[in-house]
Amino acid sequence: MSNFPFLSVLTVAPLVGALVVALLPRRNPDLAKLVAFGWSLLVLVLSVAMWIAFQADGDRFQFRESYAWIPNWGVNFTFEVDGIALVMLMLIAILVPLVILASWHDAESSRRSVPVYFALLLVLECTMIGVFAAADVFLFYVFFEVMLVPMYFLIGSYGGHQRQYAAVKFFLYSLVGGLFMLAAVIGLWVVGGKTFDWQALSQAEFATDTARWLFLGFFLAFAIKAPFFPFHTWLPDAGGAAPAGAAALLVGVLDKVGTFGILRYCLPLFPEASRWFAPWALALGVIGIIYAALLAVGQNDLKRLVSYTSIAHFGFIGVGIFAFTTQAGTGAVLYMLNHGLATGLLFLVVGMLIARRGSALISDFGGAGKLVPVLAGVLFFAGLASLALPGTAPFVSEFLVLIGTFTTNKPVAVIATLGIILAAAYVLWMVQRTTQGTLNPALTEVDGMRRDLTLREKVVVAPLIALIVLLGFYPKPVTDVINPAVQATMQDVGKTDPAPEIGSVQEAAK
Amino acid sequence: MSELKLPSIDYAALAPILIMLGAALVGVLVEAFVPRRLRNAVQLTLALLAVLAALTMVILNADDRLITAGQAIAVDGPTLFLQGAILILAAMALLLVGERTVERGGAFVAQAAVTAESDDDRRQADGMGGTTEVYPLVTFAIGGMLIFVAANDLLTMFIALEVFSLPLYLLCALARRRRLLSQEAALKYFMLGAYASAFFLFGVALIYGFTSGIPNRGAGVDFATVHAAVAESSSSPVLLFAGMALLAIGLLFKAAAAPFHVWTPDVYQGAPTPVTGFMAACTKVAAFGALLRVFHVAFAGASWDFTPVLGAVAVLTMLVGAVLAVTQTDIKRLLAYSSIANAGYLLVGVLAPSKDGLSGTMFYLVAYGFSVLAAFAVVTLVRDADGEATHLSRWAGLGRRSPFFAAIFTFILLAFAGIPLTSGFTSKFAVFAPALDANQAWLVIAGVLTSMVLAFPYLRVVVMMWLSEPGDATPTVTVPGALTSAALVIGVLATLVLGVAPAPLLDLANGAAEFVR
Repeated sequence: MSNFPFLSVLTVAPLVGALVVALLPRRNPDLAKLVAFGWSLLVLVLSVAMWIAFQADGDRFQFRESYAWIPNWGVNFTFEVDGIALVMLMLIAILVPLVILASWHDAESSRRSVPVYFALLLVLECTMIGVFAAADVFLFYVFFEVMLVPMYFLIGSYGGHQRQYAAVKFFLYSLVGGLFMLAAVIGLWVVGGKTFDWQALSQAEFATDTARWLFLGFFLAFAIKAPFFPFHTWLPDAGGAAPAGAAALLVGVLDKVGTFGILRYCLPLFPEASRWFAPWALALGVIGIIYAALLAVGQNDLKRLVSYTSIAHFGFIGVGIFAFTTQAGTGAVLYMLNHGLATGLLFLVVGMLIARRGSALISDFGGAGKLVPVLAGVLFFAGLASLALPGTAPFVSEFLVLIGTFTTNKPVAVIATLGIILAAAYVLWMVQRTTQGTLNPALTEVDGMRRDLTLREKVVVAPLIALIVLLGFYPKPVTDVINPAVQATMQDVGKTDPAPEIGSVQEAAK
Repeated sequence: MSELKLPSIDYAALAPILIMLGAALVGVLVEAFVPRRLRNAVQLTLALLAVLAALTMVILNADDRLITAGQAIAVDGPTLFLQGAILILAAMALLLVGERTVERGGAFVAQAAVTAESDDDRRQADGMGGTTEVYPLVTFAIGGMLIFVAANDLLTMFIALEVFSLPLYLLCALARRRRLLSQEAALKYFMLGAYASAFFLFGVALIYGFTSGIPNRGAGVDFATVHAAVAESSSSPVLLFAGMALLAIGLLFKAAAAPFHVWTPDVYQGAPTPVTGFMAACTKVAAFGALLRVFHVAFAGASWDFTPVLGAVAVLTMLVGAVLAVTQTDIKRLLAYSSIANAGYLLVGVLAPSKDGLSGTMFYLVAYGFSVLAAFAVVTLVRDADGEATHLSRWAGLGRRSPFFAAIFTFILLAFAGIPLTSGFTSKFAVFAPALDANQAWLVIAGVLTSMVLAFPYLRVVVMMWLSEPGDATPTVTVPGALTSAALVIGVLATLVLGVAPAPLLDLANGAAEFVR
């Protein structure tokens, strides 16, 4: 089974599905939804098979496939995954069917073609899988850029208030980053011996100055994509305007491309430059944690609030990556997964609330828990997971990031810990203002608010809740896969974990 | 009296040129002798067949690497590649020119005095199926362009420049609607074009003077002599620099590079749209073909001197094109400024003095030509009772009215913006990579930065079409006739194929990327 071309099939399958869905008659939207959902389940099954076939203690990169594409430029369709990419692929495969299920009625309110909405979701899945599976820098860049197009139309055509503005801002920000990366990609190609193969490039040596410029080109693109402070301003707009399902994918997966890119491209290809830029990156991460958390506290729009919490979480991931310890690195990758699950859940639940109320403003809610107790409970759970309560998955990753950072950089770890307190503030206050307290009388007049979670919605949230709890108590299956990849990455950077300082304790005992 | 020695002429190698010019002459006879009703069909068939025959000859000559007609014409890889490109793009443009079902009588008028939709105008359109002078004019222009990219001395190049420019001036004035705009465009193009030609000719004279300083060799303006002169002439280098600058002005004018671009938006807007497409695609190929030959063959030895200057021109061109495109409200002017910015990207390729740079530039020319012709083909279709609706605000909500054509146009705009899986991306890579390889990082960075600016106007059109609600003023998209459909399909498919699988054309360009000297 391990000879099966998992990665190319996984990349192409959603695209075929998208074509099928798009060609279905517009008059019969339910058929399109069912086909899209079934297709995404098929991708999930395939991904699970790949997860099983992946040998955690085997080679760093597995399932390599390579087909010639543009031989003149040395471009190949090369796919392979390490543990980090594998985890992200699983996240995509799990989230997409749930998002499709959660968006069942989202497209109907927009008066636009319903099949096209689900086709776009599948196209997005194709590009997301491709971007994580690519092992050719050119191919990676292609997926990185093409990914914008379906997302642009998802936000622009099916989004809410201010969708045009948000879609254009999203597209332009990402394109600007992408073009910086294009310059760096071409530069890498020229100095790296006219090849785009990741394996070959990771062996190449670059002059110090060249490597720093190239690093900067890639890092800018990834920092905008992630997004890190101060390149984050597009995310609240895009997240606020996108339909909830698309927003869950945008924040849950799309933005991880940025942090993934740093781990896969910036660190191994330009180790010296990574070490040189690390203090700056750490600073951006820490500022992001505090600044975005403060902004989140002040938000009155649910989706914008969740977007800001994500920026704070990306700060944590950034800190974990640039702390250069295995613990922090593993924590960061685990955070990429857990944040996808927790924030994905939060976005979907918030989307359910908004769909019922017809408004995204927190001030329009109040005491909603009395009308929709189960939904309020799920919102509370998602909030707790988002603030990294022990027992939920994000806690494990946040904790790993903090202890991993503490061993090398105490001030950063200490300041970042403040972010946890702020997280408690924005989550709990949001939950309190929406679902607790006295019932807002306006709510009782809205029909939707009398309906608690439907069976479909329960099916959407249940797997995510189960995964968050499971990984909160037993993250080992995932860390086993991540650890070797992170260790290899840290070796590429040339950093070893500091030895535990027990020597001085023993001396003191003498 | 010394004996006059006739230069040997390789007629097979010149066949594409001779076929096009011959067909143009036959076209004039057709105007005189064929009955009016049949003229359109006959002329269109004649022009297309001539293009096809010329293209066949180009393919048959594919392995030619020679200089013929007494140093006047070089038939080598770049010549054949660019001639092939011009012919294919011209065939697409001819399909647009020949379209008669979108508008009765086509986009052209015979007499300036006949107002559109008047009785005379109707009679003209019905009686003769539109006017047909346009075909011989286009055919002459194609012939001139074929000589232009093959010219191996500066005088032949000048003659070719005039042969393809004069028909273009006339073609610009033939618009059936918005007659004044069209005539103004033609006059503007003619006046400025005449200046540019004068500059070019003055440059030729100075270069001739410069070559007289070569020891043991007569003066001349063929490229081998100029090349030798750059290396060893004892004349003042001021002659060389001034001559080179004046020649460059003449060529950059045709290429629509800043600061010689001012005619472009007015002419692109005023000319009948099929002609605009023809100019945007074919004239660009011809102009850059000549630029490549002049700077890579004749002045190769002076590359240290011209690279910084042309580099500055390239940066300025990209900036002007990108920044001014942002402020445009008319789709044809927007495409004109986009074409100016693209001239800048092409110059980046011209300034990469390597085989890759040459082949990348040629690839870019072909890829851009297909996309821009498809773009103008869509423009001819979006219309209301008064003809084409080119104001951008009129395009609002087009995606809802005609999703198919809006999707096609969106795809082309994404290609212009350089999104991967379109030819716009591969062609940008094809010129930027050799430039970076040649240590011209500043040009690449300028290219990348202006691409960001340029993405905004394209995106604005996409937003207009898809994300705005259609209003009462939103025009409908006319169902295109077979000819426009064919051109559109070719253009869009080429944009996609060259983006997804550029390898075959890159191989072809690579194999052709060597000048004979």
